[in-house]
Amino acid sequence: MGCMLMSTTVIERNNAEKGNFSQMKQHSGEAAKISVTDLNLFYGEKQALYNVSLGIQEKKVTALIGPSGCGKSTFLRTLNRMNDLIDGVKITGDIVVDSENIYQSNDVIKLRTKVGMVFQKPNLFPMSIYDNVAYGPRMQGIKNKKELNKIVEESLRGAAIWDEVKDRLKTSALGLSGGQQQRVCIARAIAMKPEIILMDEPTSALDPISTLKVEELITHMKKDYTIVIVTHNMQQAARVSDKTAFFLNGEIIEYDETDHIFSMPQDQRTKDYVTGRFG
Amino acid sequence: MRKFKDNLLRGLLWFSAFLTVAVLVTIVGYIFYKGYRLINFDFIFGDYSPAGDGGIWPMIVTTIYTIAISLLIATPIGILAAVYLQEYAKQGRLVKTIRFATESLTGIPSIIYGLFGAVFFVTTLKLGMSIIAASLTLTIIVLPVIIRTTEEALKTVPHSYREGSLALGTTKLQTLYKVILPSAMPGILSGIILSIGRIVGESAAIFLTAGTVAAMPESIFSSARTLTVHSYLVTQESGDIELAAAIGIVLIVIILVLNLSATFISKKLNKADY
Amino acid sequence: MPSPLTEKQTLEIGKSNKRKYMLEKLSARIFLLCALLSVLSLLLIVGFVFYKGSHPFVAEGYSFIDFVFGVDWVPSEGKFGIFPMIVASVFATFGALIIGVPIGLFTAIFLAEIAPKSIAKIISPAVQLLAGIPSVLYGVFGLAIIVPFLQNNLGLAKGQSLLAIILVLAIMMLPTIVTVAETAIRAVPKTYREGSLALGASQIGTIFKVVVPAAKSGIMAAIVLGLGRAIGETMAVILVAGNSLIIPTSLTDSVRPLTTNIALEMGYAFGTHQEMLFATGIVLFSFILLLNFVLAKISSKGGN
Repeated sequence: MGCMLMSTTVIERNNAEKGNFSQMKQHSGEAAKISVTDLNLFYGEKQALYNVSLGIQEKKVTALIGPSGCGKSTFLRTLNRMNDLIDGVKITGDIVVDSENIYQSNDVIKLRTKVGMVFQKPNLFPMSIYDNVAYGPRMQGIKNKKELNKIVEESLRGAAIWDEVKDRLKTSALGLSGGQQQRVCIARAIAMKPEIILMDEPTSALDPISTLKVEELITHMKKDYTIVIVTHNMQQAARVSDKTAFFLNGEIIEYDETDHIFSMPQDQRTKDYVTGRFG
Repeated sequence: MRKFKDNLLRGLLWFSAFLTVAVLVTIVGYIFYKGYRLINFDFIFGDYSPAGDGGIWPMIVTTIYTIAISLLIATPIGILAAVYLQEYAKQGRLVKTIRFATESLTGIPSIIYGLFGAVFFVTTLKLGMSIIAASLTLTIIVLPVIIRTTEEALKTVPHSYREGSLALGTTKLQTLYKVILPSAMPGILSGIILSIGRIVGESAAIFLTAGTVAAMPESIFSSARTLTVHSYLVTQESGDIELAAAIGIVLIVIILVLNLSATFISKKLNKADY
Repeated sequence: MPSPLTEKQTLEIGKSNKRKYMLEKLSARIFLLCALLSVLSLLLIVGFVFYKGSHPFVAEGYSFIDFVFGVDWVPSEGKFGIFPMIVASVFATFGALIIGVPIGLFTAIFLAEIAPKSIAKIISPAVQLLAGIPSVLYGVFGLAIIVPFLQNNLGLAKGQSLLAIILVLAIMMLPTIVTVAETAIRAVPKTYREGSLALGASQIGTIFKVVVPAAKSGIMAAIVLGLGRAIGETMAVILVAGNSLIIPTSLTDSVRPLTTNIALEMGYAFGTHQEMLFATGIVLFSFILLLNFVLAKISSKGGN
């Protein structure tokens, strides 16, 4: 249902042919993990998102691109309700994750354990590496040492950083390099056993080598997780994502297979953006 | 001409600084000079004697009582109030009212607190002139100090910590006591130390609420003297400057230790987060 | 790879979340309650002081005008005039301001702008420490040194006087003014100074024309804080005031400011007498509000 609506909105915005094309593909058996319908978001009086509709597929990487201030980060934060933290935010429309409307169910805790998030800058707590990764599970009431050890190791392995930190788990996480910190942040998110991971420009504060490592990790992770990533870096979107949505001024201009967005965008504005004419 | 004016001003700057330092050095020097002969073990730890050769232990105990009781009440309330203002409240009339109230409380002179305490805690609540009445009055005096310093400390905790924690499916409360309060702790501690200084230095409000009984307090419901009130009374009643100065030395040392520990804590805060 | 949650685990989490949300609501209310306690305290204090202090005028037929402008304070005869105390308080406060503010500000400027780093590093923390010393000690010092000095050198019968109060208060507010003003001056961005110096202004010219105006709001805060400490001071003042109930005609008169009147008589006052002490408190309170208001006006005017 959500997917259908999504497709129709896209039709209105773009050309009918493309709309039918994506609609057909939606029907060809790919289930949407998250479906967003007619999402509008206001900061007080100011509208930041306009009728956003989108279906995000399970165990794929979906990239959100667009110039700064286009609403892509705002949109990402609606998916785990992080916008709730800001005073005066009003949201209309539906976001359905696994057939549950997340703005109708008020269990934000449950939502956020299911939908993990990695931020722009690594934001580890001033605790040891171990305590950082074990933080979420502990807050869920897991106290068993053995179990925690297992979760921490699995998560750090999952974030491809276990070998680098296994000998200093009890030292401060803030002593790690930026790239390592960001991967520990990913481990911290994985430790909650989420199904979806949101990444808000996760490599924007990292050097190229660390960026590459995180990108490899993302590619590797998609067999287990549904990943939504906001990025400024078009090459990154092209490298890691399966689908790409182009945001402009709070609207989705185009949403398609990443290959299509970059090789044959349907909308002139998308074309201008991906070829670097603005942004 | 301009050069002359510049030199004149420069001279005035040097002179003022010299004057300030000279006056302050004189005060501290005088207090130490007058009082040091009295300072010994018996003076600090000995019981009071009206003859004047006794110790100040009862006053030290009373001072510690007032610090302990008022902080015991004001610290949790102040911290939680600051948490409300910084972490929970939506900006609006309620917050403005609360802010206005705390700021106004800061501006009230201690003699007015004393008046209030003398009638409300001493008479209306029937606590009598007592350590507890004084401590409750002091609680209101230091409450705004703790609220303000805690708020400042909470402001320095990066927003990303809150987001990071909440995004992991934790509640605000969990985030608060596992991440935010531990990070803000050095700042909160400096605020508490500041409050201890304020309590130790307070005289008028305590004078009107704890009374002036110079004896070891039997309980917190007894009337008693703090160090500061004692130094006032020995000066006022018997003109015993030496004794007042000796108490002054003890007070200055206490303030010095408090200041040093506050500096130490905030340095630690600046150096590393962990 | 992490194994997905079992059905049972999901159920357990759902249950414990309910408790979490309840705790969340409860804690938010408790925090609000704590915050409201400061409002309650203020209301209680203001309410009590005003209720008690206005009672004689509202219910006992005393005239507020006579109270404020009356010159006789004889509680045993029912005479309650606080005009001499108001005059004493006003003179003492302004006297202390006139002496303490310029010296304090100049010292702050010296420490922040002129003093060699090694000197400032010793003096600044020392002054800061002195800001925390119990004010009673300033009174003790005043009684021991200033009062005899005035007595001997000005040939007074009694050294306790308005002048002694002014000196003690001026000294007492110095550390507060210096510490706060120094912080404010140091916070002025370097670029301001560089800009002015690059235009050929002298160091002193730069300090007084650029740096000090830029730090004005902080300097104002310093003055307000210093003033607050001086005007509310009680015990130190009692020691050096002499406490005579006269309208001062010279700096060497013995006086009784508002604060000391309350502290001296509260111990034994009851009934109307006690209420009149509360009324004295109201006057003191209004005086402070007025001064803060005036200072805020001055600083906002200078800002334009």
